[in-house]
Amino acid sequence: METIGLTHYLILAAALFSIGVMGIFLNRKNIILVLMCIEMMLLAVNINLVAFSSFSGDLAGQIFSFFVLTVAAAEISIGLAIVTVLFRNRGTIEIEDSNLMKG
Amino acid sequence: MPAIFYFAIVLLPLVASIFAGLGHRWIGEKPALALTTGSVLVSAVLSLFGLLSMTVLGHAPVEATLYEWIATGNFSINFGVYVDKLTALMLVLVTVVSAMVHVYSIGYMAEDPSKPRFFSYLSLFTFMMLALVTAPNLVQLFLGWEGVGLASYLLIGFWHHKESANAASLKAFVVNRVADMGLIVAMLIGFVTFGSLAFGDMFASASAVAGQSIDFLGIQAPVLEVFGLLLLFGAMGKSAQIGLHTWLPDAMEGPTPVSALIHAATMVTAGVFLLARMSPVLELTEVALTTIAWVGALTALFAATIGLTQKDIKRVIAYSTCSQLGYMFFACGVSAYSAAMFHLFTHGFFKALLFLAAGSVIHALHHEQDLFKMGGVKRVLPITYGLMWIGSLALAGIPPFAGFFSKDFILESAVMSGTQTGYALYMVGTLAALLTAFYSFRVVFLAFHGKFEGEKEVFDHVHESPLVMTVPMLVLAVGAIITGFLGLGMTNTEWWGGAIVILEDIHHGVVAAHHTPWYLKYFPLVVAMSGIFAAWFVYVKKRGVAEKIAKASDSLYAISFNKWYFDELYDLLIVRNVKTLGRCLWQKGDVLTIDRFGPDGAAWVTRKFSALIRPLQTGYIYHYAFVLILGMLALMTWLMV
Repeated sequence: METIGLTHYLILAAALFSIGVMGIFLNRKNIILVLMCIEMMLLAVNINLVAFSSFSGDLAGQIFSFFVLTVAAAEISIGLAIVTVLFRNRGTIEIEDSNLMKG
Repeated sequence: MPAIFYFAIVLLPLVASIFAGLGHRWIGEKPALALTTGSVLVSAVLSLFGLLSMTVLGHAPVEATLYEWIATGNFSINFGVYVDKLTALMLVLVTVVSAMVHVYSIGYMAEDPSKPRFFSYLSLFTFMMLALVTAPNLVQLFLGWEGVGLASYLLIGFWHHKESANAASLKAFVVNRVADMGLIVAMLIGFVTFGSLAFGDMFASASAVAGQSIDFLGIQAPVLEVFGLLLLFGAMGKSAQIGLHTWLPDAMEGPTPVSALIHAATMVTAGVFLLARMSPVLELTEVALTTIAWVGALTALFAATIGLTQKDIKRVIAYSTCSQLGYMFFACGVSAYSAAMFHLFTHGFFKALLFLAAGSVIHALHHEQDLFKMGGVKRVLPITYGLMWIGSLALAGIPPFAGFFSKDFILESAVMSGTQTGYALYMVGTLAALLTAFYSFRVVFLAFHGKFEGEKEVFDHVHESPLVMTVPMLVLAVGAIITGFLGLGMTNTEWWGGAIVILEDIHHGVVAAHHTPWYLKYFPLVVAMSGIFAAWFVYVKKRGVAEKIAKASDSLYAISFNKWYFDELYDLLIVRNVKTLGRCLWQKGDVLTIDRFGPDGAAWVTRKFSALIRPLQTGYIYHYAFVLILGMLALMTWLMV
């Protein structure tokens, strides 16, 4: 049985990231799903960070991933707050309805 | 009197005007009124001292420079004062009438909400007029000339909520500007010819350049004649002579004190003053003088015929002003500048008096100006009635009132000049005197005699004006009586001490006027008396005759009533064409050319380009995300490769 190497981690992360991207593209309904997809992309990047740090024996990468997690938490709270306000003002959080910026 | 006092006379009204106009919110309304009135009163007292120092004490003319105004190369213009007897006389007239009008306005304008603005304009006008009469050169004179035009514009349009007042103020300004072109060109020719615009230099070199000619509009003409005719054109606008007179009757839209000060006593006499000031140059001309004489005589007669039929009390007096200014011009034309100045001086007093008295009637009748809605108020307004009589007798030229002496002196100078023209002018002037006497007493009889023609309610509220209005009128009435005696000295050319130059060898009318045969001397008086009698007969004795005469000669009546159709003619010839040209330039030039390729064109390009790139902004988040990720991928690819 093969040992799990750096490549596997990177493939996993890339897969997660791609799922996130596709989630944003394909989902046309719910803004919360968009937020979750963004979160997933961040976590995929985090996996990359931890994997590189572990394989290069430098702890800085793992410490950095904590910062990323904190920032992600803050970001998602702000995102959810925006969604709440949006719902209160417009009665819907469907993405297709949020197109006032259309030129 | 030292020059500093003359500076004070000129500058005090300016300072007061600035404080009252810009600072009345800080100093308050009453102080603003007191400041302007007080400063003009001080100027008036100083001016009286100035005139006395020159006549009684025999002081020499004063010339002083305040500062060098314009200096380029060898062209230098000083701002200063030049006071000889001509100026001293004008100073007294301007400041005394202005002071009386200031005081009168305190009563007349009592209910107006923007009194400080009014008084500020009045004082500004006074300053400009004083700068004009004290000017040591043509440029400063021109500053005052334009300045009084500006003040006149502001004051005619003082009640700016009245559309007619706005139109009248614009008309006055535009007509004056047309005439000012003449003065500007005269100044240019003067500078080229004399090499200087200071009066002293001009007069000194006048006889030296007398023979020269100039290429003017392709015609070789004697330079002094051209200069004189252009001066006349400039003066005609300001002094409302025939052809350029149309603004003066309309100017009556302004408050009555303004009419008294500007459009009767002072500003409109600026043209006469200019001609008298330029007498050393004009004396060397022939065509120019004759033209001046005929312009004046025609104006005197023409304006008098219009005055006969006007219904607005102020317009009648306005046309009489026009007519009297015509007398002054024709006096200048027969080289009787001293007679012109004498009449200017006496006229200033009795005409201001007439206007203020008319204002008092208008004030009493709640701003009713139609003569045919007045009448029968002589018992209720005894002071005004008496003053109106004094003013009208002076205007008609009945002794011992001032107008008699000055008007007679003009007519005598004309008839004794010994030329055919002189006789013709004398006859025209005498005929105008008949009409003058008739229409001035028409005003008195229509406004005060008979029975009241307006609404009864108005009549019940008629009241004599307060002291603040009657006292200034009384002062002017004194002027209207005594200036005739006091001014008799002016009929001698020596009195002027060189301020007025008359070549008595050629133009001997002024000298010979002292030896006029009695029948020529008293003929105008008899004519004026009969004019008054005719007015009494038509408007008091047999009321209704006037209407019958008007009906019997309805075409003549229509010509007179419609002011010889001057306004209609100008409308047809000038106003409409200028309007068409303006409309054409606006539609074709502005809208179709400049706007189309300028601002509108730039806006069109911007709009088209933005329409082109606008579809990129779809408004869908996933499109933005797609572009974001695409961009990131592109960036990464570029970094790796």
